[in-house]
This record gives sequence, C-alpha cells and structure tokens, in this order.
Amino acid sequence: MASSDVKLIGAWASPFVMRPRIALNLKSVPYEFLQETFGSKSELLLKSNPVHKKIPVLLHADKPVCESNIIVEYIDDTWSSSGPSLLPSDPYDRAMARFWAAYIDEKWFVVLRSFLKAGGEEEKKSVIAQLEEGNAFLEKAFIDCSKGKPFFNGDNIGYLDIALGCFLAWLRVTELAASHKILDEAKTPSLSKWAENFCNDPAVKPVMPETAKLAEFAKKIFPRPEA
Amino acid sequence: MAEEVILLDFWPSMFGMRTRIALEEKNVKFDYREQDLWNKSPILLEMNPVHKKIPVLIHNGKPVCESLIQMEYIDEVWPSKTPLLPSDPYQRAQAKFWGDFIDKKVYGSARLIWGAKGEEHEAGKKEFIEILKTLESELGDKTYFGGETFGYVDIALIGFYSWFEAYEKFGNFSIEAECPKLIAWAKRCVKRESVAKSLPGSEKITKFVPELKEKLGIE
Repeated sequence: MASSDVKLIGAWASPFVMRPRIALNLKSVPYEFLQETFGSKSELLLKSNPVHKKIPVLLHADKPVCESNIIVEYIDDTWSSSGPSLLPSDPYDRAMARFWAAYIDEKWFVVLRSFLKAGGEEEKKSVIAQLEEGNAFLEKAFIDCSKGKPFFNGDNIGYLDIALGCFLAWLRVTELAASHKILDEAKTPSLSKWAENFCNDPAVKPVMPETAKLAEFAKKIFPRPEA
Repeated sequence: MAEEVILLDFWPSMFGMRTRIALEEKNVKFDYREQDLWNKSPILLEMNPVHKKIPVLIHNGKPVCESLIQMEYIDEVWPSKTPLLPSDPYQRAQAKFWGDFIDKKVYGSARLIWGAKGEEHEAGKKEFIEILKTLESELGDKTYFGGETFGYVDIALIGFYSWFEAYEKFGNFSIEAECPKLIAWAKRCVKRESVAKSLPGSEKITKFVPELKEKLGIE
C-alpha cells in the first residue's frame, strides 16, 4: 500500500489535526502530511473542503473526508482489520463515546479556547471555573466508559481518548498562562492518570506538540492585550 | 426482554422530529412524553444532566442524548429494517459530514429570521438562503440526499421544513423561489408515513412562534 494513497492536510499545532494523525498511527497506515502555512489556505485545501475551508482534511485516493471526528470514524471503518477498534462494539457505549466527543467540542474546548482570548482577571476566573466543572463531568465519564481500564476505550486508545487527548498540549499552555493547574490530580485523579497514559502512548508521542513550542505559537496568534 | 423506549421531546423541535422519524422508520414502538422546557421535569434533568435538553431517548432505562447520535444508535440497535446510514465507509463519512453541517448552520441562521430585527435579521436571512442553496447543490438531481434511499441526511434536515412557512412569513420571502429542488425533495419526504407522523403542521408552528418569542423574552 503506497503512502501516497493517503494524505492529510493539516498543521502541527492544531489539536483537530492531531486526531486523524493518532488514528492513522494506531492503524499503522502510512500517510503524507501536507502542512498548511499559518495564515493562508492552499488551493488543495480550498478544493478539498470548499464548504468549511478548514483542516484537517483526509484525502484517501484523492477523495476528501472532512471534520476530525468523522475522519477518525472513517479511518476506523476503512482499516477495520488493522489494529484494535477505535470505538466500542456495544451500541450504547458507542453512543456514549460520541456524546462525550460532541460535548468536548461544543462546550469544553470552546471554554478552553476562550481563556487565551480572555481579557481581565474576572473573565479568566470564570473560564477556569467552567473548565473545572466540565472536568468533573469528564472524570465521571471516564470512570463510566473505561470500566476500570486505562483508557476511555478500554485497554487501547480510541475515539473518545483521541477526541479529548488532542487538547492536552493546549491545556498545558493554558495552565502556564493561568499559572493554575486546570487538570488537577486532587480533583480529577482518574482523568489526570489517563492524561499521562495518553501522552505516553507511542501513537500519540510523535504528534503531540511540545508545550514550550506551542506556548510560543500561542503568543503569536493570541497577542496579549496591553496591561 | 421487553423493550422499553421513551422519548422526551417537545413538539415543535426539529431535532426531536429526527428521532421520531428514525423510530417510525424502524417500526419501534415508543412512549412519547411531551416536555415543558420552561419547567423542566425531574426525568429530563436526571437523564440529560449535562445539557438539560430534548430530545432524550431512553432505552430500557438508559439515556441517549443528541439527535444525530440517537439516529445512529437507533440504526445500530434495530439494524434489520431500512438502514438509515450507508454501509460504505466513505458514503457514511459524507452523510455524517452533511448531518454535522445541518447541525452547525441551519438552526442558528434560521433563528435570526424569526428572533431578530434589523441588520441581524437581514444577515440571518441571507445566510439561511445560502445554506439552503449549499444543501440544494449537494442534493443535486437525486431523489434523496443519499441517492435512491431515504436516510440520515434527509432525516437530519426534514424537520426544518415544518418551520419553513414560519421563516417565510417572518422573513418575507419564498423559500421555493430560492430553492425549488429542495422544496420538491421536502414534498417527497413528507409523503413518507414516518415523516408525516412526526412533523407538526406548518400552521401550528407559525402560530407558535409569537408564543415562543414571548417565552424567550424576545420582542
């Protein structure tokens, strides 16, 4: 199988791009990574995702698949015989995984991202409080989904692990900017342990950005307002 | 084991309509429980503590939330009849992409048509028409979004059709004039029993909008 058969349009700093990269690694699928330049969109991207014009876009034999969580499911369905399944087999468990992934994107991440754009101290405090409330939901979700195993998906990393884990580097950047631990072992012990296991997984390590490099990048794209 | 299927819903919700249609397509008997969203019931708060929203599908006591997720769940649990999603991975991904597009784009712009004034209203109307045109272009000359078979994307969108008359009235425009193929598609869909059973009449929705605005505190 030629690696030119699978291409991924993306960028190193994007947590959404990390999702299909982890999935492709888990399925041992080689791919060509086509990096977009920050601030501009390539012809290929605009042609492949005319509706949203966003990354990531997976090109499989030149056919585009868009939206990171949809791409992850596509990878799981297409290379189903390679590596463990990224979603549980039980329909209810699958619905739970999809529910939490949607929650993460629609609520949790929106709050996380708002911190780096937040103005005053009051706003920042409110964002942190919301994040911690979200983390409490996710701690319970982890206990329910993992059923005693190390990952949301059980013994191996799966769809929901990827959906949340992709944000860990940005979470660390936010913690640095806030000088405050947002993912706290004392408040969310299971989730904290999971985060450590996730980051150490061989499918994740090569694509997780270094916190320092990401923090520098964050300063560029979220310029701090003058004090 | 006897199946117990409960749907916590709100009659004008285009999201609730999706789940109703999916259950009807599969001939699944369910207990429809109308919810008062301004006085949320204990069961709603218990079954959807995260979002406190309808629809909530409760299957043998276990809740499934989010209408598109409910559709997939229904398709997986009752696979023997009419599949809602294609089996080919690429076609599935396309169907989900459009379901996601409908979720992200249609409601927000439509709401500005009946819920906003002035510039916001005009912007909402313009965006809404553009979004419908994008969907119409995706439909093309097919019978349904998935081709010859009624499915996931059709179900994701059709509930909004019961609101079209209201949008036209409050927006002072004709959707059919803008998107004739989409209206033709909608008319095909409502001929299906599952859809006819699940959509409220347009007149009832249009009458409801002023009441809704009052409840939401919108002038």
